[in-house]
Amino acid sequence: MGYITDKFDVIVVGAGHAGVEAALAAARLGGRTLLATLSMDNVALMPCNPSIGGPAKGHLVREIDALGGQMGISADKACIQMRLLNTGKGYAVHALRGQEDKPYYHTLMKEIVERQDHLELKQLMIDKLLVRNGEAVGVEAETGEVFEAKCVILATGTYLRGRIVYGQVNYECGPNGLRSATRLSASLLENGVELMRFKTGTPARVDARSLDYSKMEPQYGDEVVRNFSFISDIKARTQVPCWLSYTNAATHKIIRDNLHLSGMFNGMVEGVGPRYCPSIESKLVRFADKERHQLFIEPEGMHTNEMYVQGMSSSLPAHIQLQFMQTIPGLENCKMMRAGYAIDYDCLDPLQLKPSLEHKAISGLFSAGQSNGTSGYEEAAAQGLMAGINAMRKINGQEPVVLRRDQAYIGVLIDDLVTKGTSEPYRMMTSRAEYRLLLRQDNADLRLTELGRQLGLVDDSRYEQFCSKRTALERTLSELGRINIAPNEENNAKLTAMGSTPLRSGSSLLDLLRRKEVTYSKLQEAFQLPVLDGQTAEQVEIHAKYEGYIVKQRQEVERALKLENKKIPADMDYHAIKELSAEAAEKLEKVRPSSIGQASRISGVSPADINVLMIALEVKRRKELD
Amino acid sequence: MAEDTISAVITALGEGAVGIVRISGAGALQTAEKIFQSRSGKKLAEYPHHTLVYGHITDTDGTMVDEVLCVYMRAPHSYTAEDVVEIQSHGGIQSLQKILALTYKNGARPAEAGEFTKRAFLNGRIDLTQAEAVMDIIRSRSEASLKLAVRQQSGQLAKELRILRSKMLDVVINLEAVIDYPEEDIEDVTFETVAGSIANTAAGIENLLAHAHTGKILREGLRTAIVGRPNVGKSSLLNALLKEERAIVSEYAGTTRDVIEEQLLLDGVPLVLADTAGIRKTEDYVEQIGVEKSRRLLQDAELVICVVDGSEGLTAEDEEILQAASEKPCVIIVNKSDLEIDATLRRLQERFGAEKVMPLSARTNEGIDRFTAWLKNYVYGSEGTLSDGVYIQNARHEELLRQALQSLNDAKLAAEDRLPYDCIVIDVRNAIDLLGEITGDTVQDEIINEIFARFCIGK
Repeated sequence: MGYITDKFDVIVVGAGHAGVEAALAAARLGGRTLLATLSMDNVALMPCNPSIGGPAKGHLVREIDALGGQMGISADKACIQMRLLNTGKGYAVHALRGQEDKPYYHTLMKEIVERQDHLELKQLMIDKLLVRNGEAVGVEAETGEVFEAKCVILATGTYLRGRIVYGQVNYECGPNGLRSATRLSASLLENGVELMRFKTGTPARVDARSLDYSKMEPQYGDEVVRNFSFISDIKARTQVPCWLSYTNAATHKIIRDNLHLSGMFNGMVEGVGPRYCPSIESKLVRFADKERHQLFIEPEGMHTNEMYVQGMSSSLPAHIQLQFMQTIPGLENCKMMRAGYAIDYDCLDPLQLKPSLEHKAISGLFSAGQSNGTSGYEEAAAQGLMAGINAMRKINGQEPVVLRRDQAYIGVLIDDLVTKGTSEPYRMMTSRAEYRLLLRQDNADLRLTELGRQLGLVDDSRYEQFCSKRTALERTLSELGRINIAPNEENNAKLTAMGSTPLRSGSSLLDLLRRKEVTYSKLQEAFQLPVLDGQTAEQVEIHAKYEGYIVKQRQEVERALKLENKKIPADMDYHAIKELSAEAAEKLEKVRPSSIGQASRISGVSPADINVLMIALEVKRRKELD
Repeated sequence: MAEDTISAVITALGEGAVGIVRISGAGALQTAEKIFQSRSGKKLAEYPHHTLVYGHITDTDGTMVDEVLCVYMRAPHSYTAEDVVEIQSHGGIQSLQKILALTYKNGARPAEAGEFTKRAFLNGRIDLTQAEAVMDIIRSRSEASLKLAVRQQSGQLAKELRILRSKMLDVVINLEAVIDYPEEDIEDVTFETVAGSIANTAAGIENLLAHAHTGKILREGLRTAIVGRPNVGKSSLLNALLKEERAIVSEYAGTTRDVIEEQLLLDGVPLVLADTAGIRKTEDYVEQIGVEKSRRLLQDAELVICVVDGSEGLTAEDEEILQAASEKPCVIIVNKSDLEIDATLRRLQERFGAEKVMPLSARTNEGIDRFTAWLKNYVYGSEGTLSDGVYIQNARHEELLRQALQSLNDAKLAAEDRLPYDCIVIDVRNAIDLLGEITGDTVQDEIINEIFARFCIGK
């Protein structure tokens, strides 16, 4: 046993995207916090793609920001190309995606962390989780130092017994050549934490000088400057393009001829990989008749020549990777700076966690990010934020904050994890959210900033900005509903001028705004309305145009909430309810849902089981009354 | 917290003299007032509660559906301890069905299996000692409806439902893939193709509704044709069935075709038996029209009873008729089981499956019971005798289909108006969920799994 070095409120193990948000949240809520990192050089490291956001992921970033988290602000600053995706497909699925200067993002985050009050960043290899009487009480580092804490948050990413595979070569290693955490897994297992083995991978990086850009198609950022954070005021940024190219028959032949050498196919990789980021060899095997696969060449930063080859994730031997890349137009003479690799690692089965992200059996132990079986920087950061918040609430004797599925993608993400578990690294997708229309990226602040304020993470300046936006929105909507336009010649001429059809009877401006071709700015000009900033005008339009669908979804939410509000006591004995199907009883026992609503989302629990469960709850309630 | 208002027929299916539709929930009275007119002209609410009020049920267009007695039981003095209205009808299956459909149109939703009892318990009406019994009821009724769903999965309806569902899933999967992977090499969908596939699916549901299995049978009888070559015993079978019949509803000459249609209620199953007028009169006439006539009858039939003479073996003409019949829902009666029929029976059972081929003797009535049992099972499923199981299920299914159609029509309009994908998806997903309530399928991870299975996406 080592010696006690220091005592904290919260210790966060791992300083990736989950760990950073968790530590910042805990410290900002006043907790004395230790952030333990394997290396000072991997704080908020982006070991894979050089981008943040995209569908659903961009939504997560906006939500993190609305709650007072850090990711959005840093991503705006380090952004070297921003695009709004899905613009033709509906506001709910509009998604911001930023190409990021990776080293700069890391530097920014490290600086924020280092300057945060109550927060200490230390380079430490954590070997042991210390548990006493079912409570997490601290950690022990390989130096023998023991740090005590009221809560411990695991944010170990892909480092737990991380092992890297290039073709037939494999060795213990974290991402990017960093150290693998080889001993913590054993300590977790000893304490009854259940682990799974997952895998992921990353493609090669090539030298920017070795590419022929004339053979690839450039993809530029949007001209309109947008930001993830509701409080970023960046109005101009230097943007660099990404480049599109395609594989061909020659590429495929090389890969097929060498399939037996791939870590994925020679049995070397033991973890379960995600279907949504298959290696190029998996793509060829699974979609054998596809003649070409697209790839994007993405810059990794402004001060590096490294270019990320998106789409070419591979665990083939390095020389084969180079060989097949050189068959691709634009990459004929490419020089490979880092080879792609597969990595497998230990992570927690998230079914062990409560919706607060606390471990069910070990009080005070939280887990967030890739160590909960997810994938992606944004998913990790979102969980980190919630774990940090809930650890502090536990310390302060407050109820945990659990976001609902109709409130935030963060709610969907965590509910999916702790209710359904996952059999592959979990990626957030908009199609996982049943109330997608309510969970738009544009209204993340309206959904969450008030809550962030109550929690103590939203500072005055953010809150004031938010309140004035909210007030403007409410005022404008009620004004538009109040102002009636008569069907006279003058008004109809205005309507025709804005490409719309004349009125036959009187109409409110709000009803006019529901018309597809009418925008707020057109109305504003024609009817001398107040000028609104872009964000607020957009909100007004969405409220008007989407109202019917929004109302529909709200009604669904109301119905679902009835089940969410039926709480299940923690001591429910499912095996004693003999009318439950055996499968349902077993699943319920494992997940131990906190509400009937959560129970109904467990696969294998039928509507009949839910009805039986409701009766059993009533029986329990009445018996306890007696 | 107010629960939804629910309704169902709570009396036994079949030939009971009185049937009752129960509406329960906060909106029960409101629903009832919309469809019930008392003889006195007073509102139901104006009577003291727990009073039987005479009046009639009218459709939205004002046509009278049935004379009824109506009683309003104010919460908590009712079976469920909620506001309850019960409507007693003398009009048999058809009018019960119509009344139920009217309650759906006016604010109630179909009750789930055992839902009244569940509410009664949750509202404290039923004693704790009966809790297990309540759970048993829920479990067994759900299982009964599940069995029905399973049974339907081998039937035509389920087959159609599955095809429709998968068409809708295709639409959603394509849209979702494009939404979640905007930069992948996926062929973009167009509003035209989306609207087209939705319209196509909606048409399928309309068609299903038009031919909704049990609902239509209950309303109009199961259109049944007895076919077979001359002299195999069709007439004797018909006579034997008529003897079994418990109540002849009516007999009238078909107006659009030159056949006699007889409505009869056979062990709870209303049949419209189509039989050529000539079959019982002159065998010559039958010979004239021969197989052609049988063919025409066959085309219109929802069920074909194909009769062969088991003692004679199969002729070429039999084969032709069997071939035509086998393209429809059919049952094969191997007649003259009082004689030696084993060889023919065995051959047919091997070809068409043992459950569809049954021996019968129209002369001795041997095998009639088995046939009527088969028929009942065919129409209602094996739970046909449950007091409220299957009947509700079917009315419920029709309602769910109707709602699904509504959602698809909304989605189609959205696609035609070029509303964003996320709006279109909402209504299509809703339709899928509604169909899932019939078949017991849930979408859960299916869409995401399919996206990964069909499209090559990822870094």
